[in-house]
Amino acid sequence: MNDKISLFQKDLLREAFWQSFYKLQPAKMVRNPVMFTVEIGTLVMLGVCLWILTGNQSQGSLGYNFFIFIILFLTLLFANFAEAIAEARGKAQANSLRKTRATTPARLQNGEIIPSSQLKKGDIFICQAGDIIPSDGEIIEGLASIDESAITGESAPVIREAGGDKSSVTGGTKVLSDKIIVQVTIEPGESFLDKMIALVEGSSRQKTPNEIALTILLAGFTLVFIIVTVTLKPFADYAQVPISIAAFISLFVCLIPTTIGGLLSAIGIAGMDRALRANVITKSGKAVETAGDIDVLLLDKTGTITIGNRKATHFYPAQGIELQDFIRSVVLSSMADETPEGKSILELANVNPASLSVQNPRFIKFTAETRSSGIDYANRRIRKGAADAIKTLCEKAGHSFPAEIANKVREIASNGGTPLVVAENEKVIGVIELQDIIKPGIQERFERLRRMGIKTVMVTGDNPLTAQYIAARAGVDDFIAEAKPEDKMQYIKKEQAEGRLVAMMGDGTNDAPALAQADVGVAMNSGTQAAKEAGNMVDLDNDPTKLIEVVEIGKQLLMTRGTLTTFSIANDIAKYFAILPALFMVGIPSLQSLNIMQLSTPESAILSAVIFNAIIIPLLIPLALKGVTYQPIGASALLRRNLLIYGLGGVLVPFIGIKMIDVLVSFFI
Amino acid sequence: MNTEILGLMLMYGLVVALAIPLGHYLGKVFNQEKTQLDVLFNPLDNLFYKLSGIDPAKEMNWKQHLTALLTINIVWFVISIFILMNMAWLPFNPDGNPSMSADLAFNTSVSFVTNTNLQHYSGEGALSYLGQLVLMLWQFISAATGMAICAVVFRAMKAQSTETLGNYYVLLVRSGTRVLFPISLLIATILVLNGTPITLEGKDTMLTLQGDTVQVSRGPVAAFVAIKQLGTNGGGFYGPNSTHPFENPNYLTNITETMAIFLLPIAMVFAMGHVLRRRKLAWMVFGVMTVGFLLLCLPAVVFEMQGNPAITQMGLAQPLGSYEGKEIRFGAAASAYWAVNTTCTSNGSVNAMHDSMTPLTGMFLMLGMMINCLYGGVGVGFLNFYIFIILAVFISGLMVGRTPAFLGKKIEAREMKIAMIIALLHPLFILVGTALASHLLLTFPEACANWLSNPGYHGFSQMLYEFCSSSANNGSGFEGLGDNTPFWNIGCGLVMLLARYLPIIGPVAIAGILARKKYIPESAGTLQTDTSTFGLMVFAVILIVAGMAFFPVLTLGPVAEYFSIIQK
Repeated sequence: MNDKISLFQKDLLREAFWQSFYKLQPAKMVRNPVMFTVEIGTLVMLGVCLWILTGNQSQGSLGYNFFIFIILFLTLLFANFAEAIAEARGKAQANSLRKTRATTPARLQNGEIIPSSQLKKGDIFICQAGDIIPSDGEIIEGLASIDESAITGESAPVIREAGGDKSSVTGGTKVLSDKIIVQVTIEPGESFLDKMIALVEGSSRQKTPNEIALTILLAGFTLVFIIVTVTLKPFADYAQVPISIAAFISLFVCLIPTTIGGLLSAIGIAGMDRALRANVITKSGKAVETAGDIDVLLLDKTGTITIGNRKATHFYPAQGIELQDFIRSVVLSSMADETPEGKSILELANVNPASLSVQNPRFIKFTAETRSSGIDYANRRIRKGAADAIKTLCEKAGHSFPAEIANKVREIASNGGTPLVVAENEKVIGVIELQDIIKPGIQERFERLRRMGIKTVMVTGDNPLTAQYIAARAGVDDFIAEAKPEDKMQYIKKEQAEGRLVAMMGDGTNDAPALAQADVGVAMNSGTQAAKEAGNMVDLDNDPTKLIEVVEIGKQLLMTRGTLTTFSIANDIAKYFAILPALFMVGIPSLQSLNIMQLSTPESAILSAVIFNAIIIPLLIPLALKGVTYQPIGASALLRRNLLIYGLGGVLVPFIGIKMIDVLVSFFI
Repeated sequence: MNTEILGLMLMYGLVVALAIPLGHYLGKVFNQEKTQLDVLFNPLDNLFYKLSGIDPAKEMNWKQHLTALLTINIVWFVISIFILMNMAWLPFNPDGNPSMSADLAFNTSVSFVTNTNLQHYSGEGALSYLGQLVLMLWQFISAATGMAICAVVFRAMKAQSTETLGNYYVLLVRSGTRVLFPISLLIATILVLNGTPITLEGKDTMLTLQGDTVQVSRGPVAAFVAIKQLGTNGGGFYGPNSTHPFENPNYLTNITETMAIFLLPIAMVFAMGHVLRRRKLAWMVFGVMTVGFLLLCLPAVVFEMQGNPAITQMGLAQPLGSYEGKEIRFGAAASAYWAVNTTCTSNGSVNAMHDSMTPLTGMFLMLGMMINCLYGGVGVGFLNFYIFIILAVFISGLMVGRTPAFLGKKIEAREMKIAMIIALLHPLFILVGTALASHLLLTFPEACANWLSNPGYHGFSQMLYEFCSSSANNGSGFEGLGDNTPFWNIGCGLVMLLARYLPIIGPVAIAGILARKKYIPESAGTLQTDTSTFGLMVFAVILIVAGMAFFPVLTLGPVAEYFSIIQK
């Protein structure tokens, strides 16, 4: 599903085009005070044109006034188009996710088959190998391997089973094997995707706190320029400079921050859309924004920092035992071990258990009391387990625990590994070293987070010694060892009490309280319904490192708003130098000296400024949708960089742009 | 190097050298830390507290601070109107000056209450010594008001999740007794030693060189002038203000008074650094203010020293610079320097005729008042600057990808609303006021015939200047404006009142709301506000808010006048 939706896809453009007219309704425009005033200005210009048609001579030529009207109208359309194209892209993205589950047949328990659209919350359906799962739900019975590539793009099948934290299935995914009974967990039209589409479409889109504050700033600037333009009338009368209505309106529209005003909502929608592109469904725009402010990131060790589970890395036979024999015993003791650790031992040994002939083997399962597992055959009893468990076992039988093995055990533990001691007939024969494999490249990501000012915390069930070692090697700032779900909660509350914002990712039902407590809680799509309800984002890929991307998306969102605001306001300097001399030159010829751009005539100067003001909006749409690139170079350096590009650039670009447009316009006037 | 320029550099260097230690002392006064002067002042302060029933330990929240401020101001406002209207029969009236009329008493009281000190009277003829002393008291109260409420904002900036911000009365009393009073005493002593009168006796009789006998007004002039300069008040004892030889006898007193104008405004910035334990932030604020100040000051000095282009075109040499309306004992440079100082700091005392400055100098003076925080008035200058900081923090916070926060407190919609309203007020008052005046002038040319001494662009500047001065609580005038009419009295009176109290209430409210918020610890992603980059951002915001709003009016006034003169 990660096929990129190009910015200028035809059907999107067409939809956005019509939408930009539809959005001209004042009731919709009033949400955006800056563009609403432009709409009023446009209507005034329409009035002026009609006035001239009825014979008025004071406002200049009809052509000139009509042209100003057209450009203002275009300014409105461009701004609406920016919002519409952002909406259309978001919808297209969400739709492509939803398409897969449009109408799949659902088989109910009684054998009846109904279309998925008729499934209600609480309904129970059955899926067998080959079926497309018709709706989001929770497995209440059975286990199945499921192909989730339709949602995640990941082709490897995943196991989902009733009970526990991997009981959730998503509509549109395919059952590959076995049979499951699933209970529907959502009402039709209320899935997270449906909610997200509603957010993007604007029907339930609410302005985020930060967007509201920025709107206040922009409305404030608009008010200042209303005062400036309105009071200019008596000033001009005093100075006996005639100024046409078109010139007043043009001055006003150019000065108010139309660039950011026109792009503001597009930026917000694009933020949610970028999250969706990263396969993260956000439940509100605010969540994306908050992600940019995150100070502390809680990450599960397994899957995030280390690859899956521990792996066997070394065999250390005890004194007097041949390595070959040790390996043979190890393989025998592990051949029935289904745990990932057990499998990794076989992998490391590289011996096919079937080649070892044993008669009437009896496999001993791991239990909490013995804390060891193994095999009994003939007269041999092989056990492997935690060092102290094996030690007790041997000492009970009257054998001593060799000092060199005890040393080795300590050495492995202090290196962050897990030692498994192996005994044959209650005599120690060697140690297996299990190690966590740290994901390649994870250190760099943590380093990047540190430079962004974000503290990373590893959450693990390991003992503190192992946890510390892995934390140091992976480069996380802190860790919670032997973590229980309450510990996460406690940690989050502690950090929040100190004023920090915390993000975490979780999947289990017992993660739900912490997910709800965290400022940004990302639930994995494979997680339980409770977890998904508690978080404010859902990650379709079940990728724990996704948090890092989400944080950057949040930062980009805020930065794009900030930089375009700066750019928009910085543009005013050039616009003033274009329009003011044009306004006053007729009455006060000496002010020609202020025409530093040497624009050809007052009319062309005003037209150039208004045209520039209009076309800068569509020119910046790609930037608004893509977002300004975030670089973790420290706040001050980032501010310097953005001030240089968007502040200084915002001062210079319009001087060049307006002059170029003036050269073109002067051919026609 | 030119001695005139050297004199300016000396004045500026000395002020900064004094303001830094004074700032730390102010910080200690606000923090109620121990100082060596406690022996002297503790009993005095305690006496004040006891007499007025103040519990100095009682903590107040921001709303209580504002209530206390407004209450004190209203009470003294009523008292001063009463005294001004009954001076004729009250004591200390050796010259037998009459009582003020109700409207003039109202206007004068508003003007002194608001630290504006616009004067529609001449002190020597219109006030008894009791009247002068009441106004002098006001110069103390209004300056102490600014300092105390600014100290409240300092405390709020430092506070973490708290409502209580100290006791307003204590801050007010300490500002008066420990800062304004002793420094005024020092300045007054210098003035007295140089010939400024200080007496309660009536007019003196003097024989002039021509052999005529003249009556010379005297009074407690030195005391009055000292606090007039120190408290960024600016109201003169005599009508001609510091151009009068008794108010400002010689070059040395001119240095003293110029320094007194912006000593406290700069010291307040360093006091902030001390209270917050953020010296770097103080230097950032000082740096931005200084760059802005120099950008107005340097060209103004250069233009005045170059002389009037209109006179140059007549083929006349002006070796001493433009001398129209200036005192020969101060010189063109020192007059221009004073003029920029007095307009940047909302002082408003003058040692030259601002109306006679060359066009662009006039513009720089107006810009100083339009920005109104390049050092600014005592206390209130920083409050104005605080609003610009909030706006700059908001925009630059977004630019670094975080919800904007200043000193660990998030800036949200409510604070932005207040900040934006306050930032709007100044352009609103100045532009709408001047627009009304222009409109009236065009609509009723006969009734307004006496308003402007000059037609055209300069006349426009005269009106614009008057509203700048009122809205900035400055009090200087572009004289030449016939301002003793109902429109100017009422219009400017209203503007003075609103422009004094709203820009105090706004920043205090923002600071108070922020103080209550949870403190967010700093991280590598936090926007640093004590860097030169952020300083640049604040400077840009000041330029944009002030520059953008006033560009058109300045173009129609001084800029048009300038170009029309040089292109003749």
